[in-house]
Amino acid sequence: MTALVIAEHDHGALKGATLNTVAAAAQLGEVHVLVAGANAAGAAQAAAQIAGVSKVLLADGASLAEQLAENVAAQVLAVASGYSHLLFPATAHGKNVAPRVAALLDVAQVSDITKVVSADTFERPIYAGNAIATVQSTDATKVLTVRTTGFDPAAASGGSATVETVVAVADGGTSRFVGAEIARSDRPELTAAKIIVSGGRALGSSEKFTEVLTPLADKLGAALGASRAAVDAGYAPNDWQVGQTGKIVAPQLYVACGISGAIQHLAGMKDSKVIVAINKDPEAPIFSVADFSLEADLFTVVPELTGMLP
Amino acid sequence: MKALVPVKRVVDYNVKVRVKSDGTGVDIANVKMSMNPFDEIAVEEAVRLKEKGIVTEIVAVSCGVSQCQETLRTAMAIGADRGILVETDAELQPLAVAKILKALVDKEQPGLVILGKQAIDDDCNQTGQMLAALADLPQATFASKVEVADGRAVVTREVDGGLETVSVALPAVLTTDLRLNEPRYVTLPNIMKAKKKPLETVKPDALGVDVGPRIKTLQVAEPAKRSAGIKVADVATLVAKLKNEAKVI
Repeated sequence: MTALVIAEHDHGALKGATLNTVAAAAQLGEVHVLVAGANAAGAAQAAAQIAGVSKVLLADGASLAEQLAENVAAQVLAVASGYSHLLFPATAHGKNVAPRVAALLDVAQVSDITKVVSADTFERPIYAGNAIATVQSTDATKVLTVRTTGFDPAAASGGSATVETVVAVADGGTSRFVGAEIARSDRPELTAAKIIVSGGRALGSSEKFTEVLTPLADKLGAALGASRAAVDAGYAPNDWQVGQTGKIVAPQLYVACGISGAIQHLAGMKDSKVIVAINKDPEAPIFSVADFSLEADLFTVVPELTGMLP
Repeated sequence: MKALVPVKRVVDYNVKVRVKSDGTGVDIANVKMSMNPFDEIAVEEAVRLKEKGIVTEIVAVSCGVSQCQETLRTAMAIGADRGILVETDAELQPLAVAKILKALVDKEQPGLVILGKQAIDDDCNQTGQMLAALADLPQATFASKVEVADGRAVVTREVDGGLETVSVALPAVLTTDLRLNEPRYVTLPNIMKAKKKPLETVKPDALGVDVGPRIKTLQVAEPAKRSAGIKVADVATLVAKLKNEAKVI
């Protein structure tokens, strides 16, 4: 059995989520990686060095430059025969493309797997992570998206796979890329960060959010996250949202400041190793999942905490 | 232009579901059901496009048990013109729903299909993309802004790290993200009016769709419980605990 991992990359380098997906694929058999992009030799070289990867397919063409779902799905389909499993990271990109591939192959897709039980059986969370389903796919080809926090990343070096070039598909022509606004940040990426400092509605304003949480995040070398309430109120950008509909994270330490802990937020962070909750409401549901709870006003204790760190 | 809006009846988002003790599933007997929140956003967007004069008719569709009629009535109270219930007691998975919707797209020929990005029960995030693939239409998923002009939809999408804008030729499939709009509240007069709007019921067989499940659920279990945490009195204790006990800083 051979599994094909569809790499997520920015053409020059691989994104971290690809490594976790390779780790999941390695539990299924031989691992090949598809790098579909434009001028993506750099990403293909990086993929060839991942431990456990035996072959890299490089499809390089202008049609793949913007990673449009229609073209990437067609590219995956063009190389899919012969693979028992097709794996995508469960990122915005993977979720966009994988179901399109599955439908074209007339197979069901298993979303967001957190564990490989056997070649056809997987665990996945449902109902915002309030239940874990063990599911068995009866299809010949298994199309999977992999929850990256469910698998430790494969080593980025130590492999020596061959890179084989495949023909890039033609542009489907129905969809066009217009532009992107990607937030620049010096901080660690939210989904890969070891420590996350996260704020909720209690911060009160965008200025307070930055003023109170940024120094703490700087001291800890942490990424900043937010609850949906904080994002909806405009205190933090959308892509900081942690939860069922935002990012799923599992850092070593998650510091929730002024977050009540709605089901939808817990879905995104309750697999964190250590959770610290700072909230002045003693009834806040966040306290039921926190390892260390501090019942206090965050405007007093967060600066105090920042001051006490080395 | 006609808009087709699929809606799903799910356990209300405020309900904390319980796993059945025999591990066969989640106990949804006697719990509050409502329209999937992302689907409300989809209906709202279709209604706004109608108010702008871009969409002329909104057809809401739901697949499942007969109680899904209530969900369709809600969609009609928000502003959908008519409803189609694809009635079956079978367990429907995204691929089956996508095939049903494909059959309806062939029949109704909508210019836009607007779905929620995911249902909050199975958390799959597949149906819109699968429909787009089966109907061979372009897709714009996780939309936070939609503008329709000149036979194309220009859609801003929420992606990891920020926003991305794509332009898709119509007909197209869109899936909604939370920030697309704020769904309106349904008013009592509109609920009354919705009762008079046409609701057609069909069976999957009549559409020529095999809805057999491809994925077997072997077991549903409670997630691992977190061990009870402790309350700390002050910041100094917290820092000490994080350093010495948890060793995370």
